[in-house]
Amino acid sequence: MPTNNSADSYCLGIESTADDFGVAVVSFEGKVLSNANDAYMPKEGGIHPREAARHHAEVSEKVLTEAFDKAGIKPRDICLVAFSQGPGLGPCLRTGATAARALASYLDVPLVGVNHCVGHIEIGKLATGATDPVTLYVSGGNTIVSAFEAGRYRIFGETLDIAMGNCLDVFARAVGLQQRKGAPFGAVVEELARKGKQFVSLPYTVKGMDLSFSGLLTASVQAFQSGKYSLEDVCFSLQEVAFSMLTEVTERALAHTQKPEVLLTGGVAANKKLQSMLAVIAEEHDARFCVVPLRLAADNGAMIAWAGILAYQSGISTPVEKSFVNVKWRLEEVYAPWVEGK
Amino acid sequence: MVLIKKGAEASLYLEEWHDRKVIMKRRLPKKYRIPELDLMIRSQRTMHEPHIIHKAKEAGVPTPTIFMVNVAEANIIMEFVEGKQVKEVLDNVSKEERLSLCALIGRMIGRLHNHGIIHGDLTTSNMILTSYGKVVFVDFGLSERSIELEPKGVDLHLMKRTLHSTHYKHAKESYKAVMEGYAESVGAEEAKKVTAKIREIEKRGRYVADRE
Repeated sequence: MPTNNSADSYCLGIESTADDFGVAVVSFEGKVLSNANDAYMPKEGGIHPREAARHHAEVSEKVLTEAFDKAGIKPRDICLVAFSQGPGLGPCLRTGATAARALASYLDVPLVGVNHCVGHIEIGKLATGATDPVTLYVSGGNTIVSAFEAGRYRIFGETLDIAMGNCLDVFARAVGLQQRKGAPFGAVVEELARKGKQFVSLPYTVKGMDLSFSGLLTASVQAFQSGKYSLEDVCFSLQEVAFSMLTEVTERALAHTQKPEVLLTGGVAANKKLQSMLAVIAEEHDARFCVVPLRLAADNGAMIAWAGILAYQSGISTPVEKSFVNVKWRLEEVYAPWVEGK
Repeated sequence: MVLIKKGAEASLYLEEWHDRKVIMKRRLPKKYRIPELDLMIRSQRTMHEPHIIHKAKEAGVPTPTIFMVNVAEANIIMEFVEGKQVKEVLDNVSKEERLSLCALIGRMIGRLHNHGIIHGDLTTSNMILTSYGKVVFVDFGLSERSIELEPKGVDLHLMKRTLHSTHYKHAKESYKAVMEGYAESVGAEEAKKVTAKIREIEKRGRYVADRE
């Protein structure tokens, strides 16, 4: 059985929410020993849930082995198995959950189901030392501004339709861009945006604390298709408008909560332009700006392992019979006793 | 000029203006956004806000008096409303007072919606309770004109979310009181439609389990 808070207690984390299948070994004191990953790349279009799940099943053995090899430990050294239980794509989540249940049963160690959004927040805090931040979590599937209040990560604002990363992905595909291994669509758009000069007026949609990106997406695609503007200018304008919206809402949450830190996490956190805009508001409100390191920005097993460790250490585990996935598990439904309010 | 509130969207300064205590609302340039976008957002909001504040008065909802508008500088000079933010009050009064305050807020929101005004930022920081028991609605910076169900739903959805995030202790009963007050203004039928719309909006949010 595990001894708490020790360097030789290890948690295995399995992440399979969407296109990434990730496995990591993290020690109970928060050291990431390995963080293996294999991403499903659709030949065309977006993520096909069943195809992605098939990919995960196919690579699971390879990624697991890699995680153990890189960490330099044996499966028997694991004393906790954590997996992303939701939110996400059902078939993908179930693939990871199946692997996690099997491993936990075989190794006879406890299992803990982790909320994917909590994972992104906690790994950001671990990596940057943030303790009580306003968090902007932006990825392909989520766009959430949250802060911890009374036992939970409360949602202050979120997208009313599509996620920020989804907007960038669909835009990129619609205008004929190609993603490359190691350079997702967001990075391709960012590259082009840096060469943009002329600002194209696009719809700016902030509703209170919430955001909407679908109109911006449509208008951006139409602006490019009109032939009046270069792709660079449209990318530049799309980023300016979308990131200004994100920054405005984050600043609102910061002004409202007066938290000491701003944390940027999730796949889109890799965007330098977005980072620079948030750094400005953090400074203006005397908050420390923290951004998750690139290697932990996108979906990964380490964030699941770490959030699993935190939950387990505060007495939370998930019996196998209650380990069904929850595709619509909201961030604020998670009771987070491991976080201290201050 | 004393800074009294540094908001995300604008800053409020307390000033003496022709022997009057006034609020100067300034939309300062945001360094994070490019000048073209920045100017567009600031001037649009500065022009728009006084218009809609006036419309709210026609609807019978207390709002500050506007004295001056300067679009080029993106500032507005308006009445300083004496009172306390509902945000500060709501968790510190008796249950009865809280519920009647929420019902009053609901009635006022109903009046706005009856007149096609969507406030756009219905948080308890934007409502001021005066010593004579009126609730003055401030900050119409994100408001819009509409009689559609959708924006009414989004408007109240934010109110509900504010209760759940900032006033979580009594969120359920407070929200119920707001909606009862709302129904008094807009009628039971319309209130029912808006309530259904709010539920729909909640479900539309990502990863909402079908509760209840």
